[in-house]
Amino acid sequence: MFDALTDKLGKVFDGLTGRGALSEKDVNEALREIRVALLEADVALPVVKKFIDDVRPKAVGENVIKSIKPGQLVVKIVYDQLVATLGGDEEPPPLKIDSPPAVVMMAGLQGSGKTTTTGKLAKRLREVERKKVLVASLDVRRPAAMEQLRVLAGQAGVDALPIVDGQLPPDIARRAIQAAKFGGYDVIILDTAGRTTLDDQMMNEAAQIAEIAKPQETLLVADALTGQDAVETARRFNERLPLTGLVLTRMDGDGRGGAALSMRAVTGLPIRFIGMGEKLDGLDVFDARRIAGRILGQGDIVSLVEKAKAEMDLAEAERVAKKMQKGLFDLEDLAGQLRQMQRMGGMSGMMDLLPGVKNAKQQMAASGIDDKMLKRQEAIIMSMTPHERKKPDILAASRKRRIAAGAGVDVAEVNKVLKMHRNMADMMKKIGKGGMKGMAQALGGMMGGGIPGQGPQVNQAQLNALKNLGGGQNLGGMGGAGAPKLPGLGGGLPGLGGGDKKK
Amino acid sequence: MILWWGKKKQPDPKTGETPIEPLKSGEAPASPLASLDRRLFGEAPVAPQPVAPDDDDPIGLRKAAARIAAERAAEAAAREESVLHKLSEGLRRSSSRLAEGLAGLSKRKIDRESLDELEELLITSDMGAKVAARIAKAFSKDRFDREISGDEIKAALASEIAAILKPREQVVDFSEGPKPRIVLFVGVNGSGKTTTIGKIASKLSAQGADIVLAAGDTFRAAAVEQLKVWAERANARFISKPSGADAAGLAYEAVELARNENRDLVLIDTAGRLQNKTQLMDELSKVVRAIRKIDPTAPHDVILVLDATVGQNALGQVEAFRNTAGVTGLVMTKLDGTAKGGVLVAIAEQHPLPIHFVGVGEKAEDLHPFSADTFARALVGLDD
Repeated sequence: MFDALTDKLGKVFDGLTGRGALSEKDVNEALREIRVALLEADVALPVVKKFIDDVRPKAVGENVIKSIKPGQLVVKIVYDQLVATLGGDEEPPPLKIDSPPAVVMMAGLQGSGKTTTTGKLAKRLREVERKKVLVASLDVRRPAAMEQLRVLAGQAGVDALPIVDGQLPPDIARRAIQAAKFGGYDVIILDTAGRTTLDDQMMNEAAQIAEIAKPQETLLVADALTGQDAVETARRFNERLPLTGLVLTRMDGDGRGGAALSMRAVTGLPIRFIGMGEKLDGLDVFDARRIAGRILGQGDIVSLVEKAKAEMDLAEAERVAKKMQKGLFDLEDLAGQLRQMQRMGGMSGMMDLLPGVKNAKQQMAASGIDDKMLKRQEAIIMSMTPHERKKPDILAASRKRRIAAGAGVDVAEVNKVLKMHRNMADMMKKIGKGGMKGMAQALGGMMGGGIPGQGPQVNQAQLNALKNLGGGQNLGGMGGAGAPKLPGLGGGLPGLGGGDKKK
Repeated sequence: MILWWGKKKQPDPKTGETPIEPLKSGEAPASPLASLDRRLFGEAPVAPQPVAPDDDDPIGLRKAAARIAAERAAEAAAREESVLHKLSEGLRRSSSRLAEGLAGLSKRKIDRESLDELEELLITSDMGAKVAARIAKAFSKDRFDREISGDEIKAALASEIAAILKPREQVVDFSEGPKPRIVLFVGVNGSGKTTTIGKIASKLSAQGADIVLAAGDTFRAAAVEQLKVWAERANARFISKPSGADAAGLAYEAVELARNENRDLVLIDTAGRLQNKTQLMDELSKVVRAIRKIDPTAPHDVILVLDATVGQNALGQVEAFRNTAGVTGLVMTKLDGTAKGGVLVAIAEQHPLPIHFVGVGEKAEDLHPFSADTFARALVGLDD
């Protein structure tokens, strides 16, 4: 899509470069392509119109004409404008939760993910901000909604307001605040029932709750897959409730996230968090650059890198890096890396975030490569003795048979792991010189070892994707300085990276 | 009146009434949930009843409950007309922006500029740029350079849209086909699967169907409890497993149970999953394989539940769930909000899948058979 837009704009601008001036018709045609691209990404029409108006003067600028590839430059202008509209480079302001008990109220449509987000936010506030958190469900409509929040609170390690049958939401809110005062809680999160904005009675109820609870923060929780309706929903909630921020859920889906732009534009409110996945640690601080890239269809590279950073055990990485420098990379280290990859959501989790690897992913699925493979390989290594892991050379046929039996696989599988390790160990030695390139080769080697036959194609796609990462300056054809800089990827990918040794 | 279960319970052609056996007093104790239920969900057509103890029915409790339910269903049917009115009203309210925009085109000459505007307005209903362009083009065919009124524009658009949707309009009669008929519900998180199953179970149970509800969402906290409440309302047999249990195993057991107890229908809930999660989609295909071990022709229906607020991603959802689970039909929920659900038009163009129901609220009676005309007219903001 991003590529498609670049192509289309390229066509529009082709042959114009010599002319020295863009006609209004040319510009209009280009803007029309941008408009369609944004609409296809589910950005709401009024927002698109405003956006186009903002882009227009920049797109007619002199630079565009002089540029060798005006299409690319216009895409960059669009990207920069997207980032600016979404809130710029700065992080959203932190939640105002200083005066205990601070009340955070969650609101949104049915099924937007309020209860799950409440659980995630509670966990985050407890673990990151060290707050004592109480959660309370005000959802008396959906069957078992209160029970759901109670279970999630347990998982998040925070307290949930005890459920009293038959109590109405405003009363629950009062009781929750009382309980928070007496219990010495720092933050109380009120999870409300899902409601459609056309339901006056329910909207009144929400307004009433807000009046009673006087929340410091009122967050609108919305599904990132939302279409054109995003603007209407955001506007109507914003009219009735003292909203202070937005949370976008299901950002781990393959939706384009145009709703983010719509809601931000229509309310002017910061997008505070994005929800990724169903696990309670899947709540990230919003980053405009990520979403902008995504709306343009470039994949979410920044999150991959961040995820890798978060999951990486730094001490472990350093240890591995030192060993690598000496040309020592044993099976123990390989097992550690396999585990880290699993923690990052496995192969599919990582691939989801990479741009342009859809085909590679399909090939992987077709050839039966999945995250179980990582587990199996780890099991094989774990079936070896510590001595064998340190010195794989001693693995004779009889040892291999024993290991295969222990891991419940064929000897051939054991051989694959050993080959993979050999390849990687060889690559690791080269990394000292190669940096990023070495890393990509190392990954390629690993894949090749693991997937005979299917390897090369997957490798190529992956390598390309990774090379894009490694470039650091340009993303998927984006020609310009506005593209997000990637923090040294070498250090980002677990253990594979050569970057660690530079530390 | 629309019957989903029941050539078995068809109204008497002469009187127009549904034959109902008289209720014997004292047979059905009032459920403690009844008052709460009424408060929260209004006069549901289904009498909330405690789940009958296991498979035997020693004092005829279940039969009695079914009779009451059938009676309520008849009452509900009498209200069907007003409910249909509510549907179109919900849809109409939700289409105001498109409708207003179209009204703005009234009395203007249909030219390049106004056609562009029309196309954009259509896009605001989520039908996508391509479909909007096509419809606008078809619309302009005999009308270019003419001046027409807002209502004429709407009527013309409605008929273009209805023509696309008409082949997808198909009420499903669950009473037909094999016994037990096995119905699997799939979709992304929060699209409304559990609520939709609850509604369908309530409706069909009220019309005399003997149902097993399987709480196949073993992942989300309290999803089991949520479906259990619906099972109690619908007086359906309920089967569940502890949180984190294997969904495929549960589906298998549910089908086995329905066979052993000679039930009519098995409605299987599944955990919500985003279609780009390979592992979760694999898990879904495992559920299908498990069911097929008992009945190779099953699942007889695989219903994809779509949220009306979702934009172009709904197309990806249909495609992925078709590939993985062999979706046989669609349900669109949450049409009582401001969202227009126009993506159904794009889906109808690309996929030959029937659209069974639309949901316009949280109560059991808020689920309706899909009507192409009603939907199309409501989408463009035309009164009936």
